[in-house]
Amino acid sequence: FRTKTQSFCRNEYNLTGLCNRSSCPLANSQYATIREEKGRCYLYMKTIERAAFPRRLWERVLLSRNYEKALEEIDENLIYWPRFLRHKCKQRFTKITQYLIRIRKLTLKRQRKLVPLSKKVERREKRREEKALIAAQLDNAIEKELLERLKQDTYGDIYNFPIHAFDKALQQQDAESESDSDVEKEEEEDEDADKREFVEAEDSDLSDFEDMDKLETSSEEEQEDKSFSEEEEEEREKKVPHSKSKGKTPLKGPVRRKRPYIEIEYEEETEPATKTKTT
Amino acid sequence: APPKAVPKTIENQRVYDETTVDPNDEEVAFDEATDEFAPYFNRQTIPKILITTSDRPRGRTVRFCEQLSSVIPNSHVYYRRGLALKRIIPQCIARDFTDLIVINEDRKIPNGLVLSHLPDGPTAHFRMSSVRLRKEIKRKGKEPTEHVPEVILNNFTTRLGHSIGRMFASLFPHDPQFTGRQVATFHNQRDYIFFRFHRYIFKSEKKVGIQELGPRFTLKLRSLQKGTFDSKFGEYEWIHKRREMDTSRRKFHL
Repeated sequence: FRTKTQSFCRNEYNLTGLCNRSSCPLANSQYATIREEKGRCYLYMKTIERAAFPRRLWERVLLSRNYEKALEEIDENLIYWPRFLRHKCKQRFTKITQYLIRIRKLTLKRQRKLVPLSKKVERREKRREEKALIAAQLDNAIEKELLERLKQDTYGDIYNFPIHAFDKALQQQDAESESDSDVEKEEEEDEDADKREFVEAEDSDLSDFEDMDKLETSSEEEQEDKSFSEEEEEEREKKVPHSKSKGKTPLKGPVRRKRPYIEIEYEEETEPATKTKTT
Repeated sequence: APPKAVPKTIENQRVYDETTVDPNDEEVAFDEATDEFAPYFNRQTIPKILITTSDRPRGRTVRFCEQLSSVIPNSHVYYRRGLALKRIIPQCIARDFTDLIVINEDRKIPNGLVLSHLPDGPTAHFRMSSVRLRKEIKRKGKEPTEHVPEVILNNFTTRLGHSIGRMFASLFPHDPQFTGRQVATFHNQRDYIFFRFHRYIFKSEKKVGIQELGPRFTLKLRSLQKGTFDSKFGEYEWIHKRREMDTSRRKFHL
């Protein structure tokens, strides 16, 4: 068959691959080729004498495995034959042995197995995956799980949400107080009244602690509140002198009991005033 | 008025799988105490992971490997220039690795994942799909830090799913650092395992915000082998057989 620059021969006994007058097994009555079968090389020869017997036309000689010996065998078989055929035979033999070596090396290494993909299956899997993704609602699931873990206290006390914790504690306390008898309730109320006076009279940081102690049920919240209150100490201090100066403010007591109300007071700096003074 | 009808979903109508794990099952608990992950769960071994690819990884796979190694603490990426897996495995065991991840690649995208627990542990072969690298995810988070993330395993109900879940859990060190506020999620839904990596922040007691950072991918289990990776002589505990297992729309195995 022809390509743009060359024509190739399809005959299986061809020595080179090209279609030339000199390398066509049909055109030449004296011809030789090397072919290999199952890893062994054979030398095929065709002579004029056997041209009338197509069955016996091609004579086959097994070549030895040793490269040099095989070359010698080719030489002694093709003695007195045209130089072209001999040369080309040896070339072809070399090429064949080289690629046989390569095959043997490659089979020892890992071979890549190609697994066929069926388009139908691929499409089906893809659709199922999309639907599963929608059904999964991953974000919600993750958020739920995280909140669960927060509730179950796996995080320890890194996170403190005092307001809600206090609400919870209050609710718990309310529930307890409702379940308990009225007497205890009254007692608590008395305590509350005492505490309230105590608080209003003193107006110190300690009162906050006491409040918290009363309200809390678990130790964890104490710690939380302690750390919380430590943070708020400075602000409390700022707040406290103000309240002291104001005197007894009945509002402050209950408000403080229910929620640790954070009043952040900013000290306004008087720099602008100084600046104007200097200028 | 008639009561409100609960809509039928595939999860509702799921064919009951007889290997579903009951939380109080003693047999399962005993199995888990004695299988290959016991040393991990008893905190005797610290996970050390080797991530590698198939031959000649393309750019996308390389970047995915790097991101994966940033997600999983104590992991190393090594390239494979034609080294046989059979020979890598004894070397890994000698160097004290606990897990091996091989990412298989096809046409410039990663499409397969082989996860094997090293000291003679089970090997799971997954098909990986819809891989998103970090820059393709729409988020504004920074890269994952070196803190040990938390692990969430969702929906691994059957025995098979349970063992796969434990395999995933054994990739991460046991003590997560909560200051890192990172969480890696393996969510199983209809036999597809979705992996996500988020950073969370608690805005208040009832609300949490999550921000996705880190790569995401989905896995589908193809086979589970008992020993380490061996394609010819391995003993398969579970293979996905398409003809038998994909017949019903409501039957799932994980």
